[in-house]
This record gives sequence, structure tokens and C-alpha cells, in this order.
Amino acid sequence: MTAADLVAVPVAQGLFSWPDEPRLIGSICTACGTATFPSQPSCPRCTGTAVRPVPLATTGRLWTWTVQAFEPKPPYRADGPFEPYGVGYVELATQDGSGAVLVESRLTEADPSQLKIGATMTLTFVPVYRDDAGRQVVTFAFAPEQTRPQ
Amino acid sequence: MDEGSARVAIVGIGIHPFGRHPGMTGRAQGAFAVRQALTDAGLGWTDVQCAFGGSVAAGGADTLVSDLGLTGLPFVNVHNGCGTGGSALAMAERAIRSGDHDVAMAIGFDKHPPGAFNADPEASGLGHWYGETGLMLTTQFFAMKIQRYMHEFGISPATLAKVAAKAYRNGAGNPHAWRRQPLSEEEIAAAPMISHPLTKYMFCSPGEGAVALVLARADHADRYPARPVYLKAVSFRTRRFGSFEVFSPWLAPDRAEGPTTEAARAAFESAGLGPADVDVVQLQDTESGAEIMHMAETGFCKDGEQELLIQSGATEIGGAMPVNTDGGCLANGEPIGASGLRQVYENVLQLRGAAGQRQVPGQPRVAFTHVYGAPGISCCTVLTT
Repeated sequence: MTAADLVAVPVAQGLFSWPDEPRLIGSICTACGTATFPSQPSCPRCTGTAVRPVPLATTGRLWTWTVQAFEPKPPYRADGPFEPYGVGYVELATQDGSGAVLVESRLTEADPSQLKIGATMTLTFVPVYRDDAGRQVVTFAFAPEQTRPQ
Repeated sequence: MDEGSARVAIVGIGIHPFGRHPGMTGRAQGAFAVRQALTDAGLGWTDVQCAFGGSVAAGGADTLVSDLGLTGLPFVNVHNGCGTGGSALAMAERAIRSGDHDVAMAIGFDKHPPGAFNADPEASGLGHWYGETGLMLTTQFFAMKIQRYMHEFGISPATLAKVAAKAYRNGAGNPHAWRRQPLSEEEIAAAPMISHPLTKYMFCSPGEGAVALVLARADHADRYPARPVYLKAVSFRTRRFGSFEVFSPWLAPDRAEGPTTEAARAAFESAGLGPADVDVVQLQDTESGAEIMHMAETGFCKDGEQELLIQSGATEIGGAMPVNTDGGCLANGEPIGASGLRQVYENVLQLRGAAGQRQVPGQPRVAFTHVYGAPGISCCTVLTT
């Protein structure tokens, strides 16, 4: 780990707590129990505004997935040569069990043979790019519980 | 909104070939389609009483008047994503049905650069992070939707390839299609994977093209030279809470019906017809899986029945349920503003019995179109003879 990694910064404010005990931050509607990610100030289901931020669980099940095999155009931003990456939706409960939401996320695994609907996935963080100040920008991702034998 | 029937006829159709046309603007392709539609209807531009049209990436449709003629007609620009053509058609239909006008025009054209769409997250109400981290791709959405669908309903990868092979075969018989070279199921399946489980040849590409339609009062239809085709219904819907849509950073755990299901149901109810009455079908096939899923969402079969239907040839031109007879988006590409009107153009040809080597046999009498697109919209039409 380099000095710049020690000051890694989130790709956006409010998506996840950082750097201590990183958790995805969603919101939950206190009227109808609908959970969203990221957090938002109103409920898209019941239209109410009595919502509060809520941390999401760090493990959940893979609902669907794909592998991004070509380099996206901007605004996609990355350093170095393109490497395919996995993308999926992971079903996560809120940390307090008050609701659940399917979160779209990068996956650490890009090999189709290692990705399976229903598999347990765990929250992690991956580098995205270095910003103009040289700091490593990171985003959230999910890793399969069991990866291929090393 | 959708009540009433057969008060509007489509009396003229025009198309600029789809594909790539270096040096020709999208607007010029739009003007070409308008002139062809007017010729087909036996009218001049001065006869058009109102117009609705648009493109997503090729400029405002009302600027076409500087080429077509400054006649002072009310011309409304439509900028409604993948629903641009369908929305223009819906408004033109209302303009006639209301009694305000006797002749209206719906126009859609577009010109996109090569490669996948690179949508702006902030224009869609999403954070910049969604684009920067590589999640803002329509291709991922379609791949993840069919991946889940295959898991739940037992659709095979071979069926994905079969849908694409049909598209290129039908495109080969369509003089205005972009991709007119048949490809075997083996070639399609073995092509590089773009977004698992979909290969390069299972996706349509953004492209160029234009379509124009002349609409008139149904009780005036016999004044025009072509065999009249009636626009029985045109229905447009947006997503509800819980549907699985493109550009969604999150989803609710419980699925709701999508806009396709609602728009199709509304169109059939409005027309007083059902899927069993339909002789020819054009469905949004952004990729192979979309055609398969949309067959069920529009009501033509139950979830999972597509596997047998497609493998048995039911969706071929000579089958019981011909789907995407002009090659669909896979063979024509997707100039967004024009794409939905292309489907209507094809169905008018089919109902006139003028579709040449791709004509559905047995004199089709009822035809259906379906568009789906970002950010979760759908437009469906029912046409009859």
C-alpha cells in the first residue's frame, strides 16, 4: 500500500461511510418501509418525505449479473489498460433489518464460471482512478464468498 | 386516453434507409422520409395541417420546414428518449381524432456515432459516480435482465442465437435494413461476448435513419391512393415503482409489471382486440433477449413458452406468430427517434400486402408494434386493415 492509498477517497459523498467501518448508506421510508440506495430525500413508492438514512448489510445474495467486456466511453473513468469487470444486483437487508433493497454494483469477479445467481456476496472496495491530486478514488463492489482456488 | 377506435388512418409512409450515411445529416434523412411519405399519400407538404416529430441526437424536427417549406403549420418537437417516435405518433393521432385536423404527420429521425450509447448520468438524475464507475450502460441492463429471466424461466443460450439469426435473415429481405448479411446461429453464438450472456451479434447498434407517416381521418381514407390501414390504438406508458428498468442503481425486491406490459394491455383494450387476433408483430429487440422477454410482456405468450415457440419456428415469417419481419433493431440498428416508427412502417407494408419477399402469408389483418427504452418507457400500437 502506498502513501496515496492511505488517503483513498470515495467516488462520491454519501454512497458509503468511509474510512472507518465502511457501509453502503441507503434510506428507508418510515411510512411504508421502502428501502432505496443511494439514500434519497423522498419515497418513490408512497411519495412521502419521512425517510431516514440507514446503513445496509455487508453481505447479500446475487440477484443477477453480467460482465462488462468492452471499455465504456466517458463518463467512465479508469487508469491503465481496460480489464473486463463484473456487474450485478445484490439483495441486501438494511443493517437494522427494517427493509431490503437490490443494489447495483461492480463485482470483483469477471469470470462467468465464478458467478452464480443466489451466491453470497460480500461488500468490498475497489480502485476506480487517481484524481488530479493523485489520490486513489475508490468505489464499492461485491466479491463472491468463494473464489476460485488460488 | 385510449378509448375510441378506427378514427385515424395511416395513408402515407416514407423511410430513409437505416444504417450509416456519412455526409448526410439526420435532418436530411428526415426530409427524405417526409417527401416519400407525401408521395405515397398523393399529397404535397402544403396539405399537411400539423406535424409532430423529433430526434434524440440529430436536432429539432421543426427545422425541417426550412427544407420542406415554410407553410406556417403547427409543428411540435418531441424529445422523449426511445419514446420519441411513438409519442409523436400518439400526438398526431390525437390531433386527427380530436377533429382539429384532417391530415397530420409523425416524423422520427436520428444519427448516432458508432459504439454503445454513453448517456449522461446527471441528465438522468443520477450521480456522476454512476457513469465514472462504469454502470451507465444500456447493454448491462439488457444482459442482466435476460440473465435473470433465463435463470427463472429456462430460456437457453441457443434460443438467444436463434432470435438473432432470424433478425439477420429477415433483414436480408429488407431493402432499407442496415445489416442484410445472414449469419448462422453458430457464428452468432461464437462471436465475442459483449455483456454475458449476449454476444456481439445479439445486440443492435446505434445507427441512422428516418421514418415519416401521414395520418388522416379514417372516413377520408378512400381519398388516398394506397390501401388504407387504420391506427386502432396507440398507448404510451412510463415505469411504476418496482419494475426493472435501465439505469437503476437499485431495485425494490418485489417486481412490478413494467411499462411494456401496461402499454400493451392498454393498446389491446383500446383496440378491442387481443394478442390472439394479431397476425404480425414488431417488438423492441435491442438485443436477442429483449425480443424473447417482450413476447411475454406484451401478452403473446406466457413466461418460458418462448423457448418452444422460437425453437419450433413460430416467430418466423411463415410461422404462427411472425415477429420482427423487417429484421427489427438487430438488422436495422437503432436511430432512436426513428426506431418506433420503423415498426409501424413495416406493419403498414405488411397490412397492405406490399412487403415483398418478407410478406407474411395469408393476408394479415391485424398488426402490433412495441417500443421499449430508457428510462423505462414503452409505446405500443395496434393497426388493422
